[in-house]
Amino acid sequence: MSFWKHHAKFERHSLWLVVGVLIVVSIGGLVEIAPLFWLQGTIEKVDGMRPYTPLELEGRDIYVREGCYLCHSQMVRPLRDEVERYGHYSLAAESMYDHPFQWGSKRTGPDLARVGGKYSDAWHRDHLNDPRSVVPESVMPPYQFLSNAELDYRDLVDKMRAQRTVGVPYTDAEIANAKADLEAQADPFSTGAVALRKRYGAKVVNRDFDGDPDKITEMDALVAYLQMLGTLVDFKSYKAQAPENQR
Amino acid sequence: MADRETDDVTGTETTGHEWDGIRELDTPLPRWWLWVWYGSIAFAIVYWILMPAWPGVHGYTKGLLHHSDRADVASDLHALDVQRGAGASMMRKASLEQIEQDPKLQAYAQQVGQSVFGDNCATCHGVGGTGGKGYPNLRDDVWLWGGSLQDIQHTITVGVRSGHPGQRLSQMPAFGRDELLPPAAVSDLTEYVVKLSGRPADAAAAARAAPVFAEQCASCHGVDGRGMQSVGAPNLTDGEWLYGADRTAIRGQIHAGNGGVMPTWESRLSPETIKALAVYIHANAGGQ
Repeated sequence: MSFWKHHAKFERHSLWLVVGVLIVVSIGGLVEIAPLFWLQGTIEKVDGMRPYTPLELEGRDIYVREGCYLCHSQMVRPLRDEVERYGHYSLAAESMYDHPFQWGSKRTGPDLARVGGKYSDAWHRDHLNDPRSVVPESVMPPYQFLSNAELDYRDLVDKMRAQRTVGVPYTDAEIANAKADLEAQADPFSTGAVALRKRYGAKVVNRDFDGDPDKITEMDALVAYLQMLGTLVDFKSYKAQAPENQR
Repeated sequence: MADRETDDVTGTETTGHEWDGIRELDTPLPRWWLWVWYGSIAFAIVYWILMPAWPGVHGYTKGLLHHSDRADVASDLHALDVQRGAGASMMRKASLEQIEQDPKLQAYAQQVGQSVFGDNCATCHGVGGTGGKGYPNLRDDVWLWGGSLQDIQHTITVGVRSGHPGQRLSQMPAFGRDELLPPAAVSDLTEYVVKLSGRPADAAAAARAAPVFAEQCASCHGVDGRGMQSVGAPNLTDGEWLYGADRTAIRGQIHAGNGGVMPTWESRLSPETIKALAVYIHANAGGQ
């Protein structure tokens, strides 16, 4: 067993020990994680996925800032009861522009992966202002201040550049028009909405999400984000049964 | 490294290490632990062979069992469809009236309707369906867009101001906010509407507002204020108020012209489910 005696070398030199530990640990990562970045089949081919509009991106940042993910996941798992309750199970493609992703199984509140369009804007406002006014048994804290807080989007362009650095395909035009697009989406009578839809797709709706036409609030951004969740992928053209989409 | 030797007291080998006269026992791992460990290794190898496991350059090993969570859930859902097939086909074939009149179909629709209502509708309309401010009460006999079986089915399917191509759509003007009427006229109209609902009101103000009502409001709410279901205009004489009954609320509604949004359920619920739900709501309310 002289081979095992070489172990003594690692035990006596801390530097060799560190190098050895690094090699062993990285094997796990290289084998299990790294291939997912190169495998073509990891992200399904779908129609309809697009990066977030500027207003949705700001809404998403508020979602993360307020820690909504601590109680709400955004991942419908491929289980019968979940699909029955929430709709089609989540695809990898649906979170491909998420940095960071919002997966999880922590469900103090319901999963939000497909909450878009399920309730009205007014319901979201009522619910965020005072959750128990619409869901008496809710344990969610109120977020009334969002209606009063004007949205601070001075760093919007930087945020979009940062997203582009990590792989979100924002075009130069999208970044250059970020502020105009954000303001257009929060205004039901905006003349910039045509350009907004040209950049982000015909399904983008411009309206007054927070019911307060005088200012763009954090409530506007958050409701715009929530109303988009899970609505992008066109499931009519998605072939769930195709062999390449089986996991 | 020192030689291994046997410790006199325990009879166990030492590791051969020695620090200031202290030597370390090389006590073997417990046998049960070792076997569990070997067993785990063997299990892992069998698992790699049977189940999807190792990533490669162009794909991953699929395993001899070709297991897929997505295929599993598809077959689970198919089994559910088969299980519900008889009920669903009854719902499909029968008309809404037949479902309501046949005790067996009615019982089925009640079951389906109750569970679907709790999951999807109760969040706005309330667990008992009694609604709230801005969310219509479904347990009374007052209907904005019609309370017949067909009307209810249609409303669930397309929604109200939902963005669905066939949506139920109407918009009350914001007479105050958009300055279509001066504030004094809005105040007078408030008195007129209070009077319409049979409550004591400022008679002079109501009289001043009568021509304004006839000109601005009657086209939707009717000359007598009894509303018009084809455009979702509420009856103003029935004492049922979606946004509140007092003068402040009525004035606010004339000022801002709120209109609620009900989502379309066409893409979330199957036509059979919507039928059952319509019957459930109709049977539990004062349907028309």
